[in-house]
Amino acid sequence: MACFTIPNVKLVGISACVPEKVISNLDHPYFSTEQMTPFVNSTGVNQRYIATEEQTTADLCYKAAEDLIAKLGWEKSEIDLLILVTQTADYKLPVTSAILQDRLNLPTTCLAMDIPLGCSGYVYGVSTIASLINAGAARKGLLLVGETNSKVVSPFDKSTEPLFGDAGTASAFEFDANAVPIPFSLGTDGSGYKAIIIPAGGARTKTDETSLKFEQVEDGINRNQCSLVMDGMDVFSFGISRAPSAVRELLEYTNKETEEIDYFVFHQANLFMNKKIVKKLKIPEEKVPYTLDKYGNTSSATIPLTIVSELKDKLSSGRHQTLCCGFGVGLSWGTMVLNTENLIVTDITQI
Amino acid sequence: MYTLVFLQQNNHFNKKCTMDINDFIKNFADQFDETPLEQFSSSTNFRDLDEWDSLTSLSIIAMVDEEYGVKLTGEDFRNSNTIEDIFNLVSSRV
Repeated sequence: MACFTIPNVKLVGISACVPEKVISNLDHPYFSTEQMTPFVNSTGVNQRYIATEEQTTADLCYKAAEDLIAKLGWEKSEIDLLILVTQTADYKLPVTSAILQDRLNLPTTCLAMDIPLGCSGYVYGVSTIASLINAGAARKGLLLVGETNSKVVSPFDKSTEPLFGDAGTASAFEFDANAVPIPFSLGTDGSGYKAIIIPAGGARTKTDETSLKFEQVEDGINRNQCSLVMDGMDVFSFGISRAPSAVRELLEYTNKETEEIDYFVFHQANLFMNKKIVKKLKIPEEKVPYTLDKYGNTSSATIPLTIVSELKDKLSSGRHQTLCCGFGVGLSWGTMVLNTENLIVTDITQI
Repeated sequence: MYTLVFLQQNNHFNKKCTMDINDFIKNFADQFDETPLEQFSSSTNFRDLDEWDSLTSLSIIAMVDEEYGVKLTGEDFRNSNTIEDIFNLVSSRV
């Protein structure tokens, strides 16, 4: 696991946007309440926000970005860096961040790139934007992190569809010579790449008649090869062992005790798994916010969405240390500690 | 970090010495809320238990991780039928 520290960069603001359309899992359009009750009890996902046919990741992130730029009072001409973390981009190419650079009216001096990581993506995104700001690529940068998971799950797969939600977020970073350096611990284990995968639609297995054909895999699971497939047991086994060790490693690297951290924001995988991780780390419950009940698992967006949803009042005033830990698809994981002071946090908007 | 690895290995070593099928069956049975302990034996086919579902399988994974420091995968379950099959997998990895 790679541990390193990036100085001179500060998180100054954060925002989030979700679609207006909400789906309740106990009143599911396809699965019965009887089927869904044990699912809701174990995953903790009561409802999720789902994009309409026309809405995309870019739309959700665009709104979050505009809200944040307005609240910060930033001049758009000053924003020279735009990173979008998403696995559900608007097009196969070009990168969606390029489209957003233009749509947000950012200058053409702006460096823009997409990072197609999932659950660990927020931490990787922060490490990338912070590296570039520290290197002098920009004084101000926006990290957009969003997903429209609803576009890639089979509507007839009860192991995935009711778990995932859609969201877009924006985080604003600035060069600041007095910033508390951000420590990171990042890692990858690609031997588990099949644990969460969309098997077809890429180069190895193309979208064709065969890969588009829906098949009954087991009771309650009907999907095609272009839908997201998740081996829940593998992901669970990975999460409950890797996430705690990743957190421990970063705390050891930074010589910090659990008590010094104000909040622990974990990727919102599912409640059963998250509770196991928290229990293993012996972290006091009150330091661990959850949003699974309201927003479900929004992949890369869960960490910033949970910060906006649950920590707005707390982080808006004073200095705080927030540990963020993302883990999942790849398999990939990342942990960091963000130091904030009077963080600008918007209300969650809906489009 | 090296100290931590050593301690973890040492911990596993201790557990290896004490890994016992009867303890394992009890730990396995503890993950079930309704099914009485008498219904569990080394030859029990766990899929035949009424209470067996994805959540109990995750509880078994968590129990094995906590008690024995061993990671079980979805493939491990697909290749196993009885509690003894799982026990053998775990004991080969402690």
